[in-house]
Amino acid sequence: MLETAPAGPGSSVTALLLGRIMASNDKDDPAIPSRRNLLKSAGLLGTIVAGAGSATHVIAAESSPGNQSSPVREALETLSSAEADTLEAMVDRILPSDAAGPGAREARAAHYIDRSLASDHASSRSLYAVGLTLLNEHALQTHGLDFHRLGAEQQDAILTAVQNDEIPGFNPSGAGFFSMVRSHTIQGTFSDPYYGGNRNFVGWDMLGYPGVRLTVSESEVAQGENLAPNHQSAYDSQSFTKTQAGRTGGAGRGN
Amino acid sequence: MATDLPGTDVVVVGLGAAGGVAVLPLTQAGLKVIGLEAGGWLGSRDFAPDELRNNLRNWPQAVQKAAREAPTVRTHDNTTARQGGHPMMNAVGGTTMHYWAQSWRLNPWDFKVVSETTRRYGAARIPANSTVEDWPFGLEELENYYDKVEYAVGVSGKAGNINGALNATGNIFEGARAREYPMPPLRGSMFTELMSDAARRLGMNPFQGPAAITTEAYDGRSACLYHGFCNKGGCHVRAKSSTAFTTIPKAMETGNLEIVTHAQVTKIVSNSGGKVTGVEYVRGNEVYFQPADVVLLSSYAYENTRLLLLSKSSAFPAGLANHSGQVGRHYLSHHQGAGVQALFPGNLNNWYGLPAQGVAVDEWADDNFDHSELDFIGGGNLWVHTDRRPISAASMSTFDRAPNWGSQWKAFIMENADRSNSAYIQKTTLPYSHNYLDLDPVVKDPLGLPVTRITARHGENELQIAAFTQEKMEQWYREAGAIEVNRSNISNTMGASTHAYGGTRMGDNPQTNVVNRWGFAHEAPNLGILGASVMGTSGARNPTLTVQALSWRSAEHLVNNWRSITS
Repeated sequence: MLETAPAGPGSSVTALLLGRIMASNDKDDPAIPSRRNLLKSAGLLGTIVAGAGSATHVIAAESSPGNQSSPVREALETLSSAEADTLEAMVDRILPSDAAGPGAREARAAHYIDRSLASDHASSRSLYAVGLTLLNEHALQTHGLDFHRLGAEQQDAILTAVQNDEIPGFNPSGAGFFSMVRSHTIQGTFSDPYYGGNRNFVGWDMLGYPGVRLTVSESEVAQGENLAPNHQSAYDSQSFTKTQAGRTGGAGRGN
Repeated sequence: MATDLPGTDVVVVGLGAAGGVAVLPLTQAGLKVIGLEAGGWLGSRDFAPDELRNNLRNWPQAVQKAAREAPTVRTHDNTTARQGGHPMMNAVGGTTMHYWAQSWRLNPWDFKVVSETTRRYGAARIPANSTVEDWPFGLEELENYYDKVEYAVGVSGKAGNINGALNATGNIFEGARAREYPMPPLRGSMFTELMSDAARRLGMNPFQGPAAITTEAYDGRSACLYHGFCNKGGCHVRAKSSTAFTTIPKAMETGNLEIVTHAQVTKIVSNSGGKVTGVEYVRGNEVYFQPADVVLLSSYAYENTRLLLLSKSSAFPAGLANHSGQVGRHYLSHHQGAGVQALFPGNLNNWYGLPAQGVAVDEWADDNFDHSELDFIGGGNLWVHTDRRPISAASMSTFDRAPNWGSQWKAFIMENADRSNSAYIQKTTLPYSHNYLDLDPVVKDPLGLPVTRITARHGENELQIAAFTQEKMEQWYREAGAIEVNRSNISNTMGASTHAYGGTRMGDNPQTNVVNRWGFAHEAPNLGILGASVMGTSGARNPTLTVQALSWRSAEHLVNNWRSITS
């Protein structure tokens, strides 16, 4: 895999490097970039990453070479590996990793969607099967490459065509498929990390949302996005978790 | 065959906003009450601040009985109704578990739409085809019961009119009340100050709306901690004054209330003499008959109508209490669409806001302004609030300033996630002859019983109010410094609503109303009906407090007239 994967947003190299960063169980681990640190780094590293077009390079640059912890394990619960490749690339174009910071890919929005298709979104499973297949077939027909191996501009052009209903076969429509994936990408990026997305709170940090709290004072409200993010899942609180689940900890880490 | 259970004085069908209040005066008077509730108990541990589960996956409503009997909806008689979402909640406490908790009294005009409109503008100004009537009594009659409920459940707010003395920090358009609210209003914020200042510059009188949320320790419950997940979420510290935390536990303390959870009532049984004798319900695989001297029907508006129409008998072949054909009639629901969204140039610091924490303006509601030169009656209460959560923030309108995906979109939401606001405008809605509820001829629930069918569309009067209040709202946002304002499209669609009224309207005339002025059926004297289904007008405000005041009043009437009602 490492040898054959091309560089770019979909590369396994990136995923591996990301995995190292995302692997830590410890919320206080300095290896995890906070929103503000990341933005700062993006600024500082702006010249380095210029032209690379992806914040994953920024993250990779921040990753400590000495960090040898293993990646978070992710199984595919509903999608095939090919479907997952296409979906990963699609969510990354909807809410990209870029100079402004991590996006849906780092949030693991595709992982959220894969899991939700086994539960709450089960009725959409076939829409994903058809839609992702059509997307990839279109990429193969027009460019001779899988969708996830195309460059960002080529991917964006295809997604725009889907959104504009210019590619036939989608059920009920290309626009409907795009809109569904967009909604689910938002859910996967900005929901509580318990559900498998918003990994390391990159979604909440992106918006400046300081996180769920059980009590909020007037002065905390007045700080707005400058209130230090607490990086807690609702289910990190013993108030809402079953005792056994609470003991294992780490709902906020996503899984 | 149903298993016969021992009889009781009163059986209450549904322990939500309405039934959950009625049980208190009944049991305190010594009546033995059995409360049948389709849902179960929910507690503090159930109320996680989890936007995905509460607001998008619609938990716990999505997994309840009500989800399998959602009404079907159509706009016209000649079309097929389709099943959609539903606003109902099966739990002890019902929708008061997860509602916004805005707790308004109706304004005096809402009780006298016909006579006041006629007096001021002439009878011709009542919209054609509207079946609106004056209520059988005015606000003064209900004041005492509003007061009882505000103190029994715990409502925070600021009075604008105590015995005729106006106070501009409250709503100066409200009717006279006997005393102040039991608790001060929810706290303000930078945003509420911003909007209040703008309203004053426009010559309007802004005020914090009333909420069934504690703002100080009250009756053994903690004050609100402002964590901001009221909207479709329950309160983990019981600061939201749900009946499950207030009147129901108090009724249980009397020893006179027995609650049966997960009981699905399928029929109200009546005898050949036209009196009700009890109810049939399904619990698990068993069917039971619960005899009672009095039945109080207090499920949601859609279910009240449905249960009456399902409860046919030899005495009531067209459905219980429906010789007049009025069951299901005079249906209306608030025109909740037609919102207004604004974008501000800076952060509003609304991340931990509550939907009931905001600012209201009542200048354009009811008949608070001169309609002589206008082509509608009624109006809207403008309401802006501080509620914000991350998924809804990221889903915000881009106000045509950015595409809706890609890096530009990402930059837009990163900058503006805390800079938007959506106004919620409650508007006068009238009943019309073409708007009604009946049983769907095709769609059935898992027991094989037809679901409610809604046939309704908003009238020209409602659409005019929507356009008028949108314009007023835009002016208010602009004055406060909004750089973009969107007005949602105005549509006549009336889907299943959290603010549904009518179907068993209250009035003195038995030819046009199902229940009398006390909430008891004209045709079946020992059947009481509680809920917004008895209300003939909506006013321009949320229904729950009025529902609760009416329920208390009906229960008290039953206590005081037990002999004549049950004889």
